[in-house]
Formats: sequence, C-alpha cells, structure tokens
Amino acid sequence: MHEALRFQPVDAEPVDRADVVAKSRHLRRVTEGAARGLSLTIRGLRKAFGDNEVLRGIDLHIPAGQFVAIVGRSGCGKSTLLRLIAGLDAPTAGGIAFGEQPRAQDVRVMFQEPRLLPWARVLSNVEVGLGRERSSADAQARAERALVEVGLGDKRGEWPSVLSGGQKQRVALARALVSQPRVLAFDEPLGALDALTRISMQQLLERVWRDQGFTAILVTHDVAEAVALADRVLVIEDGRIAEDVTIDLPRPRRRGSAELAALEGEILKHLLEGSEDTSGL
Amino acid sequence: MSLIDSLPRVGAPKLPKVDGLIPWIVPLAIVLVWQLACVTGFVPSRVLPAPTDVALAGWKLLLSGELVRNIWVSFWRASIGFVIGGGIGFAFGLANGLSQLSAKLTDTTLQMVRNIPHLALIPLVILWFGIDESAKLFLVALGVFFPIYLNTLHGIRTVDPQLIEMGRIYGMTDGELFRRVIFPGALPSIFVGLRFALGIMWLTLIVAETIAASSGLGYMAMQAREFMLIDVVVLSILIYALLGKLADSASRALERLTLSWHPAFQKK
Ligand SMILES: Nc1ncnc2c1ncn2[C@@H]1O[C@H](COP(=O)(O)OP(=O)(O)OP(=O)(O)O)[C@@H](O)[C@H]1O
Ligand SMILES: [Mg+2]
Repeated sequence: MHEALRFQPVDAEPVDRADVVAKSRHLRRVTEGAARGLSLTIRGLRKAFGDNEVLRGIDLHIPAGQFVAIVGRSGCGKSTLLRLIAGLDAPTAGGIAFGEQPRAQDVRVMFQEPRLLPWARVLSNVEVGLGRERSSADAQARAERALVEVGLGDKRGEWPSVLSGGQKQRVALARALVSQPRVLAFDEPLGALDALTRISMQQLLERVWRDQGFTAILVTHDVAEAVALADRVLVIEDGRIAEDVTIDLPRPRRRGSAELAALEGEILKHLLEGSEDTSGL
Repeated sequence: MSLIDSLPRVGAPKLPKVDGLIPWIVPLAIVLVWQLACVTGFVPSRVLPAPTDVALAGWKLLLSGELVRNIWVSFWRASIGFVIGGGIGFAFGLANGLSQLSAKLTDTTLQMVRNIPHLALIPLVILWFGIDESAKLFLVALGVFFPIYLNTLHGIRTVDPQLIEMGRIYGMTDGELFRRVIFPGALPSIFVGLRFALGIMWLTLIVAETIAASSGLGYMAMQAREFMLIDVVVLSILIYALLGKLADSASRALERLTLSWHPAFQKK
C-alpha cells in the first residue's frame, strides 16, 4: 500500500508517465495479491423525480477493481445513478448490492466541485476524509500520506483559497483516498479543468487506481477520457444502459492512438445517433 | 460591509512605518485648526471650548475620580446589555437557522417586533423600570438583539449546501457538522451583525443615559449642560467617539483573527 509513496507525484505538466505507471503496476503485483475493490451488482434500478422517470431499470454487474466509465447526454441521469450508488439518494425501485457489506468509509464520491472547507487548512481538509476515524492517533500521518500521494505534500499548511483549480481537485482526491475506499465514484471530477491539467489529472487518477485497487466509477462528458482510462464504457440512454463497451487495450494507453480513436468514434457515433432519434420526438 | 472594507488595495506602495500614521493625519489637523480657531477668538469659547480646555476639564475630572467612575458605569452597561441582547439574538439566530420548527414558531413574531424602533419604547421602559439600571440594560439589549439575530440567521441559511452535503457524506455528526461547517461558514455574516450591533449599542446608551440616568457619561454630559460646563459636554462626546472606535477596533481584530482563511483577510 505505502509503496505508492515512492512514486513521483504527477505534476501539472502533461508529461508521459508511462515509466511510472509501469513501475507501479509491477509493485502492485508484488505487494498486493487480491484487489481491494468491492464488486457491485445493480438490479432493476429505477429512479423517478415526480413524473420524471430518470432511470428506467438499470441492470449491471461491476467486478471488483474494475474501472468503469459512464457516458451519456446531459440530463440522462448519470449523476443520479452515481448518487444512488454512493447512497446519497434512495432508489424508487430496485437495488444495489456490494460484494461485501461496505463500511461508511468504503464508498467515496468526488464531485466536479472540490467542496473543500475554505476555513480549514489543506491537511485538515484531507483529514475530513477519514470519517469516524478522524480522531485516531495516526489521522494526521494518514492525511499527510494521502497528500504526498497526489503530489501536494508541500501544500499541507495552505488555505484552499490560494490553490489553483487543479490543486484543489487534487486535495479533494486526497480526501476521498485517505480512508482507502473500496469503491470510488467520480462525477465529472475534471470537468472544470483546462486541457493540460486535465490530462495530468487523468494520469493521476489512473495511477492511484492502480496503486490502491479500488473499484472506480467515472462519470464523464469526455468520451476520449472514458476510453483512455476505463476498462469498460457504459452508455446511458433513455434511462437504460444502451451500450456496454469493453476497452481491452493494454495500459499505459497512448493518447491519440488509432485504437483509442476508433473506439471513441464508435461511442460518439452512438451518442449522436441517439440524440437524433430523440430530437425527432 | 466589513469584507468590502478590507478588500486588498491594488498597487498601493507600502511604507510600513508611515502607513500606520496616515489615518491620524486628518484628526490631528482638525484638532490643530480647532485650537487655532479658539485661540484667535474666531470661535467664542461659549460655543466651543479649545481642545486644551477640554483636556484640562478631563484632567480635573480624572483627578476627582468622577471621570473614571462614569466611564466605568457606561462601559459596564454597554457590555452587560450587549452580552444579554447579543446572546439571546445569537441563540435565536442559531435555533431558527438550524430548525424549521423553531423558525416557523418565532421568526414572524420577531420580524414584527423588529419594525418597532426600540428607542420609541423609552417612555414605556421608564414607566416599567423607572430610571433604574435595568431600563438601560433592557434598551441596549433590545437594540443589539436584532442585528445579531438577523445576521446569524442569514449566515447559517446561506452556508453552501454542497459543503453540508460533503460533511454528511464524510460521516460528520450533527455536532461536528455545526462546528466544522455551519458555524465557520456563518461567521463572516455574524461579524457584520456584531459591528452593526456595536454601533447601535453606543447610540442606545447615549440616548438612554441622557434621558434617564443618575450616573454614566450621558448623565455627566447632561449635568454639565445644567451648569453650563461646555468643556465637559464636549469631553463626554469625545469619549463616546473614542469608546465607539475602540469597540470597532476590537471587533475588527477578532475578525482578522478568526477569518484569516478568508481571501479578503490574507495579507500578501
Ligand atoms: N433532486 C432532483 N429533483 C428533481 N429532478 C432531478 C433531481 N436531480 C436530477 N433531476 C432530474 O433528473 C434528470 C437527470 O439528472 P442528472 O443530474 O442525473 O443528469 P446528468 O446525466 O448527470 O446530466 P449532466 O451530464 O448535465 O450532469 C434531469 O432531468 C434532472 O432534471
Ligand atoms: Mg451530472
């Protein structure tokens, strides 16, 4: 687990970190046998807000430790699905079962906004992520480790207001990671970042996922991001899973490679066709 | 208001030593002109005594112990009234900000009472309490109550709901949520209320002491008026100004201390 600390943090420049990622994969294999992630089974999940039926029966199994990306047009219910998985809302019908009964700190969410407490130093903000274990003796040490892991060890004493957008989001990631969750759900965590910061954040996400082995569920608008990061891309349409694409490409994946572009084009085509269908209604 | 006051100014060159003196240039100049006007007889001393005369009167009163006693009495009334009214206002602000039930129960009533200018109650208060201490404390407490109540309530209601949701997700108990998210989030607004309340506190006290009191600064001024001691009258007014400034500085210092996370308070 703590081998993660030996790696160079991903900085704000879009450098190719293939070497780092390869090393991390090697180490993970050495230090950790089974993945720590939780598997997840969703059956007949429905969610309606009044008359508005947003999710109309989602059936889905996510194996432990898989990286799943969810794409779909705006308003199709991606955030709703994520909030249901994270237990922030209750479903209208159907249910979600984890492979093992999760404790509160086993399932974490990261939002598009960092949601940091402006009146707490960076380190205290990360400590918030420990949940009920906040008062344990090693709380501060754990928070510091999580900060180092996202490459912000030197910012521990700063106020959030002096950080850049990407740095704030990395603090939010450290806060989500510090309790060593077994399921981590992301709701467009990189949506508000510029293109370069986005790419380095994607690499950071991939690295911590490989290091920690949690089950990752990433909602994104960016199909390129989805195919670059995920083992599997789900397309949601009309409240159902319209497509389930397995991305069986070796990591680290080269951005802009022909295979990725082909997959991206296929998924985009599907999304665009879907929108033409409904615009005719 | 307080936040805008302290917005960082751009491009002002910093001369650290001189910088602290700049605010005092204008008051000093005014005192100087005032002294000149009196000495040259441009302003008759019946109308306005010279600053030196005022200082002399102050010195005499200080020696007799009267000045200290009256300042102490006024200060005591101001603080006790402030603590009582502010405490109740803060408690209601918290209760109504945190509980729908409490807000439904009391907010409308409080908003109705708010529309009565509290100084309009003076005749009634004198009938109730006479010119006793409790009359002054009641008026100060009532005056201070509303700014504190309204701003505490507003502060709590406008705490970012996303932060509250975040706190819940990360398993904060109600107590922790209040201590770590809601209260710090409401603090800037509470300070705005505090500074309004301090202004109202002095105003109320001056009026109450002038009308109905047997001690205190306002009483000292009214006594002096009867004996035509205009230097003492001016002295009391100046002391009020000084005390008001002191209270304001204290609240600003507290604000800087507790809101150091706020971008507006971060020194560069
Ligand atoms: N709390 C709520 N109350 C009522 N309707 C809601 C609520 N939350 C979401 N909705 C509705 O559910 C639908 C799906 O919303 P959701 O936020 O899940 O979409 P999304 O796929 O995340 O969109 P985007 O990509 O724009 O974030 C929308 O039509 C929205 O209006
Ligand atoms: Mg959304």
